Amino acid sequence: MTRNGWSRMAFVLLSLIGVLPTAQALDPATVRQLAAEDGDTKLAAINKLVTAGDVAALPLFKAMQDDTLQVFNGRLVIVAEGGLRDAVTGEAVNAPPDKLGPIVVNNRIRGALDTAMAALKLIAPQREERLAAAKAVATEAGEEMLPLIERALEKETDPDVKALLVQASAAIALKSPDAARRHQAVQLLALSENPQTKQMLASLLEKKPDGGYAEPDAGVREAAQKAIRAIDSRSFVPQAIGTLFYGLSLGSVLLLAALGLAITFGLMGIINMAHGEMLMIGAYTTYGVQTFFRHYFPGAFDAYLIAAVPAAFVVCALVGIVLERGVIRHLYGRPLETLLTTWGISLILIQLVRTLFGAQNVEVENPAWMSGGFALGGDVVLAYNRLVIVLFAAFVVMLVWLLLNRTRLGLYLRAVTQNRSMADCMGIPTPRVDALTFGLGSGIAGLGGVALSQIGNVGPDLGQSYIVDSFMVVVLGGVGQLAGTIIAAIGLGEINKLLEPYAGAVLGKIIVLVFIILFIQKRPQGLFALKGRTAEG
Amino acid sequence: MGSLATGFTRLFGGRGWLLLAGFAAVVLVAIPLLRLLPPDHALYLSDYFVLLIGKIMCYALVAIAMDMVWGYAGILSLGHGLFFALGGYAMGMYLMREIGTEGQYQSHLPDYMVFLDWKEFPWYWAGSEYFWFAVLKVILVPGLLAYVFGWFAFRSRIKGVYFSIITQALTFAFMLLFFRNETGFGGNNGFTDFKRILGFALAEPATKTALFMVTGLFLIGTLLLCRWLVTSKIGRVLAAIRDAEGRAMFSGYNTRDYKLFVWTLSAVLCGIAGALYVPQVGIINPSEMSPANSIEIAVWVAVGGRGTLVGPLLGAGLVNGAKSWFTVAFPDFWLYFLGALFIGVTLFLPRGVMGLLDRWRRGRA
Repeated sequence: MTRNGWSRMAFVLLSLIGVLPTAQALDPATVRQLAAEDGDTKLAAINKLVTAGDVAALPLFKAMQDDTLQVFNGRLVIVAEGGLRDAVTGEAVNAPPDKLGPIVVNNRIRGALDTAMAALKLIAPQREERLAAAKAVATEAGEEMLPLIERALEKETDPDVKALLVQASAAIALKSPDAARRHQAVQLLALSENPQTKQMLASLLEKKPDGGYAEPDAGVREAAQKAIRAIDSRSFVPQAIGTLFYGLSLGSVLLLAALGLAITFGLMGIINMAHGEMLMIGAYTTYGVQTFFRHYFPGAFDAYLIAAVPAAFVVCALVGIVLERGVIRHLYGRPLETLLTTWGISLILIQLVRTLFGAQNVEVENPAWMSGGFALGGDVVLAYNRLVIVLFAAFVVMLVWLLLNRTRLGLYLRAVTQNRSMADCMGIPTPRVDALTFGLGSGIAGLGGVALSQIGNVGPDLGQSYIVDSFMVVVLGGVGQLAGTIIAAIGLGEINKLLEPYAGAVLGKIIVLVFIILFIQKRPQGLFALKGRTAEG
Repeated sequence: MGSLATGFTRLFGGRGWLLLAGFAAVVLVAIPLLRLLPPDHALYLSDYFVLLIGKIMCYALVAIAMDMVWGYAGILSLGHGLFFALGGYAMGMYLMREIGTEGQYQSHLPDYMVFLDWKEFPWYWAGSEYFWFAVLKVILVPGLLAYVFGWFAFRSRIKGVYFSIITQALTFAFMLLFFRNETGFGGNNGFTDFKRILGFALAEPATKTALFMVTGLFLIGTLLLCRWLVTSKIGRVLAAIRDAEGRAMFSGYNTRDYKLFVWTLSAVLCGIAGALYVPQVGIINPSEMSPANSIEIAVWVAVGGRGTLVGPLLGAGLVNGAKSWFTVAFPDFWLYFLGALFIGVTLFLPRGVMGLLDRWRRGRA
């Protein structure tokens, strides 16, 4: 290569990484407006840069999001590792750090920056990047992006990206002053699978404060209504099935978490605050079994989960029996003190796991047969791991039912739950029943832990996030009846998931908690109360 | 005059009054005087020390409030942290308004509202710039919440572990609510970066000393008030409810009203403690409402000895003193220690430190 060639290549490289001014330099006046006091001016500047369609604006937007774009003497500089660089020309700038002023980037600006960066990435060379960018702009696109989107559409070959881009340009066309164009755009959007297009169409039908509609043309409004109906009817059934299914799966998780608690609470009238930690120990046992399999039977790795089920049951049951014999049996008849003691136990268990395994979450992998899901159409996917958990919960409930109703221990257990002193008189060894039942409850929690390890993070605090929920299930379900616990758990799961789209996950949960608190006022004994003559103590 | 004198002897014995006077002298006279020394003097008390003791006095106030419901009425609340936090937030709102336009974004709105692109204060911030209104909210918000909640709960005779679990759910629900940014109380970060209270800079040592003294005054006042209550007829009825609610009811006492009164009073005292805590510590966030915090309050009371009022005060001091020592010296062992404390006290020291002192005194006599 000639000397000339080398220098040219260096030039190309340098301009690629943005050190040298590119051929179509950014407009310095527009760039300076990014530092304006007023949010609207900032937005206008961002939009202008997007319309110009220059990739050189990308690092600028990125810096703005990272708060490394700052003001120095009225010019914009980017704070990078090697020192300050001018935002427009890229040349190095010398400035004392205390002379730099920050630029306020609030959430509105941040959102605009996200869309702007996505728009600029539409012309990226990798398909994945383009697809992600197209998804981002499909519903958020504004007028200023139209030239960019049209440019991208001309060059686009991938059908998925193309469909999204058509949708994006339709979204922009909705804002055009020409009614015919808007009409066409609505018809294009009716074919979309993206759930957000519905919102976009719905916004056309909204009333403005002055009484008129957001969309002035009646024909377009009618087309939009038709389009919404079309989208709704296509997605209603899969959506509904999806919601019900995820409610059921959440309910199954709650059921697995609360079942053991319901048994010990029903039997002994004590609340075991360390119950959540039994879930945690079950999850860590799963982690241990997984590690064991990875080391010794890598060929049978996918089977580790099956081996983890009995292992977690046994480990947790043993821990439970030790706790009952060692501590809890000294506190019978003092439920409030038991509550505090078991809380103390839970603190020790948490810290113990932290000491042994570290405070970070450990990684528990889904076996291959549990990953993936079943696509229902629309954007609804039923994940296999959730499906397995629902089946697993049903299996555990079956086992517990058999144990309670078809074994001698179950008979004893029911007798002690109904009337402890009478059972004692009949020769039932109540202390042994207590210990075994506590072990059983803890073992079931261990099984719940196996399930939780497959859908969430496994860390020392795992149990803490489930205690309040499992108490609510027990309180709602009432004492001593399997059916109450099952209905309470599944019901809470479904209600949570049904509320989520309207109220958001957090608010939905708060509503459910308030509902339970009110419900308990009406029926302090829960959904299913045991009928009996024992007056409350 | 005579009734006043018997009133005095009813509250404490001679030695009790002496100890209380000693405590008052240390907190209200000795410590503030030592704070006047130049900072390089050997006896000068650092800001850290004053903050630590001030914080512990707030906790002690909460512990006394908790003892009123748990030790005397037998109601174990696992949600007292909520009332503490609500009082703190009520005071925090005022302190946020006192920042004025000195925030990072120089707006009259708090920084997090600027960040959310809010243009105005939400309606429930109305009046938050007045100190008297903050004081009113510190008392009314926890008080009303406790009254309404208690009215429903005691009416349907929820008690024992059920009541405990429901209070835990209540504080958990509020924690989730306050974690949301849209709730308008700063979300995750809560309120912090306070500048001044009633015009006095919070960073000034004199302001810190004054807040410390006010906290001490409230603590002593609360102790006297509660002691007066439990030695009066109300205290007797509460103890009867604790020991045999059915019998108290059948003897013609309206147990619900007694419980409701002590429960609401306890919540108000917690709110006051929270309001005193926030300007001293300089931060309030939703983690104060976490169920773990509320349960810790119960252990202060258990360690000190339930139903003694002075015991929980000592318990709060001992446990929190241990906490600040452990978290510096052996951070990994604090949870072990706290857990062992929960277990050990319930198993071996059901009457707490006060019971231990009693036994020791009787052994000597």
